Amino acid sequence: MAFQEKTEKNVWLLSGVLAISLLVAGVVEIVPLYYLPDTFEELTPEEDNIRPYSALELEGRDIYIREGCYTCHSQMIRPFRDEKERYGHYSLAVESKYDHPFQWGSKRTGPDLARVGGKYSDEWHHQHMMDPKSLVPESVMPRYPWLDTAMVNAGGTEAKMRALSIVGVPYTEADYAGAAAAVDGKTEMEALIAYLQVLGTMVNFQEGKDYRQ
Amino acid sequence: MSTHTLDEPKYNFEIVKWFTLSAVVYLVVGTLIGTFIASQLAWPALNFDNPYLTFGRLRPLHTNAVIFAFGGCVLMATAYYIVQRTCGVRLWSDKLAWFTFWGWTTVIVLAVITLPLGYTSGKEYAELEWPIDILIALVWLAFMFNFIMTLATRKSSHIYVANWFFLGMMIMITYLHVGNSMAIPVSLMKSYSAYAGVQDAMVQWWYGHNAVGYFLTAGFLGIMYYFIPKQAEAPIFSYRLSVLHFWALMFGYAWLGAHHLQYTALPDWTGSLGAAVSIAMIIPSWGGAINGMMTLSGAWHKLRDDYILRFLIVSLAFYAMSTFEGPVMSLKTVNALSHYTDWTVGHVHSGALGWVAMVSIGAIYHMVIKLWGRELYSTSLVALHFWMSTIGAVIYICAMWVSGIMQGLMWRATDDYGNLMYTFVESVAAMHPYYALRTIGGLIFFSGAVIMLYNIVMTLRQPAGAGATAASRA
Repeated sequence: MAFQEKTEKNVWLLSGVLAISLLVAGVVEIVPLYYLPDTFEELTPEEDNIRPYSALELEGRDIYIREGCYTCHSQMIRPFRDEKERYGHYSLAVESKYDHPFQWGSKRTGPDLARVGGKYSDEWHHQHMMDPKSLVPESVMPRYPWLDTAMVNAGGTEAKMRALSIVGVPYTEADYAGAAAAVDGKTEMEALIAYLQVLGTMVNFQEGKDYRQ
Repeated sequence: MSTHTLDEPKYNFEIVKWFTLSAVVYLVVGTLIGTFIASQLAWPALNFDNPYLTFGRLRPLHTNAVIFAFGGCVLMATAYYIVQRTCGVRLWSDKLAWFTFWGWTTVIVLAVITLPLGYTSGKEYAELEWPIDILIALVWLAFMFNFIMTLATRKSSHIYVANWFFLGMMIMITYLHVGNSMAIPVSLMKSYSAYAGVQDAMVQWWYGHNAVGYFLTAGFLGIMYYFIPKQAEAPIFSYRLSVLHFWALMFGYAWLGAHHLQYTALPDWTGSLGAAVSIAMIIPSWGGAINGMMTLSGAWHKLRDDYILRFLIVSLAFYAMSTFEGPVMSLKTVNALSHYTDWTVGHVHSGALGWVAMVSIGAIYHMVIKLWGRELYSTSLVALHFWMSTIGAVIYICAMWVSGIMQGLMWRATDDYGNLMYTFVESVAAMHPYYALRTIGGLIFFSGAVIMLYNIVMTLRQPAGAGATAASRA
């Protein structure tokens, strides 16, 4: 208890010991994720179609974040039989490597959306966002009619892409050049649907292959 | 001139008063928003087709209001109160203290404006955008610096245990807030997290669980270590247990975040590590709860008529319960069922309503009597508040246990042929009665908070002479 006695009598010693012991866990759990090779799955070129979001998809993703969709929908399928039946192949780490921030969520008040892309038509999504109960009578999801009239701000997209490129998303000069034209005249609803339709569609999974060794 | 000791200019209690009253107001506001969004899940028409009132935008406002507005003001009120009384000196800097009050109040006002407008970084419990994050960091550093300098100028030889917990909380929250908020700004109210995918997930839950572990646990344990001995008029049960409790909690809690990511795309070792340490954390957590409760040994009769003490002790019962439930939920087999369900929401609220709010309420009633040197307007209203808080919290938690476990079981149920037995929306429909029940539990808890606000306002409106009895007791 001699050391304890010292820390109790010296605020600087107490602060110093705390500053070090509080830091250990975060370093041990986070830093290896940047260098351990098995953090990300190895994909063959045929499997790997993972690319940065297009201008319209990126704008849609920002609307998804703005409306707080993550408070009710997860985007992370776990390797269980029922989740495979309901949502599809379990999610891979590489699939969210361009996601700043990640949107895995923590709650399923509504279903998981990690592989919702291509499951329903654009028209279905449009009607569902306008009035969920018209398609799913028991739904507790709010209506989002304002997305259908609000326009995407085409002037801001390029800046968003350039900001993302600073943290490692490989956008090209051609992407910046075409950004404004790609979203010009699009409604927020169209952008959001473009985002939803690409979710979980960038990997061509091979039947029977185990992606987590 | 007033004669009680507490009015000596030796201490800065004005700052404590302002934070205390703010906390009571934010408790009412935060639980009101919570009750409203709970009703939206039961009756979705309450979203009113209005973007500013949808669940997705108000839910972050609810969590920020209860954690950072209410919880933050309670922590600053009690930290300033305890550090002065246990060190026997005035706060090191009054100016810095007032900067923390007005700075924190500005943060809360900005949150109330920006979150409904949809300005969010999209990271749970850290939604506020980058300019507000910078203001939070400045206020927090001022709070910590003032606290440390006050400790450095203390008159007592030892630093009292409550202050250890506050100090640990302040250092860790600095790491968490700065680490998790790293982002690339695009414009004044838009930024992208500096981390992506798995790394962002790990940073986020390192932050997210430790906001619970340090902001909502360590800080409030500091409150427990001061106010339970004070209210019970007995020394803390065991000094050795508090040393063990403190260091085990400080070193151990920081590992738990990974248990939020079991079975996700995060590498398996992280979740296993998080779960292993989670299980070990039962020991210090229960050690601390026992330490607080056993402080009453030989004085249990005080619980019979002291409702402030009841708030403090029952909060420890909830603390013990949820620190057992948490490690159980971190186990892979249990987590496979409980993750993504309402069980998690129930678990959070057994901690938030049962532990954090109730220990705070006990401390606030205690401080109001001491700070203003007068008896409370009505002790029967405190009794009523106690029962409403307890019953409201229990109804809420039970409703979420049933709905959460039911969701988990319905999602995984398969028939003899291996087909899923229920569609997702069947599980949504099955939740309706429990969502309605949860709203009722929340409404009862919220009404208790309104009664508290009324009781305290009436206490302050009493003529100053009403303080005579309190002063003699203090």
